[in-house]
Amino acid sequence: MSGSSEKRRVAVTGMGCVTPFGIGRHTFFDNLIAGNPAVSLISSFDTSGFKTKIAAEIKNFDPDPYFPKSETRRMNRFTQFAAVAAKDAIIDSGIDLEKLDKNRFGIVLGTGFGGISTTLEQHKILLERGANRVSPFCVPMMIPNMAAGTLSILFGAKGANETVSTACASSSHAIAAAARLIQAGEADVMICGGSEAPLNPLVLAAFSSMKALSVRNNEPEKASRPFDKNRDGFVMGEGSGILILESFEHAVSRNADIYAELAGTGSSADAFHITSPDPDGLGAKNAMKSALCEAGISKVDLIMAHGTGTLANDTTETKAIKAVFGENAYKTPVVSIKSMLGHTLGSAAAFEAIAAVSSIISGVIPPTINLENPDTECDLDYVPNFARKAGTKIVLTNSFGFGGQNSALVFKAAK
Amino acid sequence: MYFEKIADVVRSHLSLDESIQITPETSLKDMKIDSLDVIEIIMKIEDCFEIEIPDEKLNEFRNLGDIAEYIKSVKESL
Repeated sequence: MSGSSEKRRVAVTGMGCVTPFGIGRHTFFDNLIAGNPAVSLISSFDTSGFKTKIAAEIKNFDPDPYFPKSETRRMNRFTQFAAVAAKDAIIDSGIDLEKLDKNRFGIVLGTGFGGISTTLEQHKILLERGANRVSPFCVPMMIPNMAAGTLSILFGAKGANETVSTACASSSHAIAAAARLIQAGEADVMICGGSEAPLNPLVLAAFSSMKALSVRNNEPEKASRPFDKNRDGFVMGEGSGILILESFEHAVSRNADIYAELAGTGSSADAFHITSPDPDGLGAKNAMKSALCEAGISKVDLIMAHGTGTLANDTTETKAIKAVFGENAYKTPVVSIKSMLGHTLGSAAAFEAIAAVSSIISGVIPPTINLENPDTECDLDYVPNFARKAGTKIVLTNSFGFGGQNSALVFKAAK
Repeated sequence: MYFEKIADVVRSHLSLDESIQITPETSLKDMKIDSLDVIEIIMKIEDCFEIEIPDEKLNEFRNLGDIAEYIKSVKESL
């Protein structure tokens, strides 16, 4: 996508989230600014026999104050997260659903694993009790498109309804896809973002087998340490982040508070390896460049990094940032909020988008915590350990998924 | 006894409060629930009584009382 005047501008007018810190963007961002780690020992299942015993879990999540039990019991946890986050975002946006043209009101969500906990529970029932005991709700609860489908039912959104799955870049691609529908004039208002509820023994064991996860079980709050020399992998997390995107015309017509403009999106593939990033960061570089190109800018005030805390990601992302920004890379703050939230996979980019926009609103940059001894190959300004006041106007967010699928977004202050 | 247990299963599955009456004349079709819920409730009733209700029987049940009668006849013929 290249910048052209006939495209409609895309405004961010609402944000909602369900995170280990609680519900709502203020709670979320306040905790990021405070540098609070959300990582602790896993309590939702027995981790005996697992090398990794830590995650950023949402403890005591209860969707019942938001939706009737008759609805929530038919939803997998990832759909429950999305439903609550979306309701939160809609309230935040001040949109009156009754006044919307429902045919121009759509949804694009990202998820990596969808309703995998239902798949596992029902597979256990199949093996232990037989084919006739598998729940009729198994399919609607496990399929990854059901969060977006459920949201359309809950909010009456009859426009475009899609689900994107690009692993850890899913919700970035979803936000970009929603923006394109608005730019093209096919929708006025979009609910977008992502949701993930991957904390179960299988996914933990599977990432662990890849040696992708931190095993710093004795210090959970220090385990997620992007760009640090002693990082030893990422920490799994869960939750949902939702943004309300709207055409500028629509937002202005209802006197909405426009938090920021989504000014550019970029998408690319490494075409290199199923899980390892291209060591030269070429795919990451291309995604960033095309997002910047569409936004028509060459410098940013902040990069909300993918920053997983794996050995491979942090060095190649650093390399890619330098390839894009040259000398300016050293003057640009680069932050990984995964240092606090862990890596929520298919919803991670939505959290980073909310943090990016929150930084534009507040002028405060959250820190990368646990950065005590930077890796020599990670030599940028990662805003170590303490939040910083800055007049943030333009933020680039990076997201890179297994399969070498990359997405970048540029948010800027709305004039 | 059979009907009371069935009513408990339905009440619990649908999270119905005590103010909502369930009688032997209550029909699942009248409860404004979809076909997936009907199937799941039948499965829970089967689990509760440790029996399997043949699919062709399901169309014969007019209400919860009929299900109770059927289960009674099966259980008491064992």
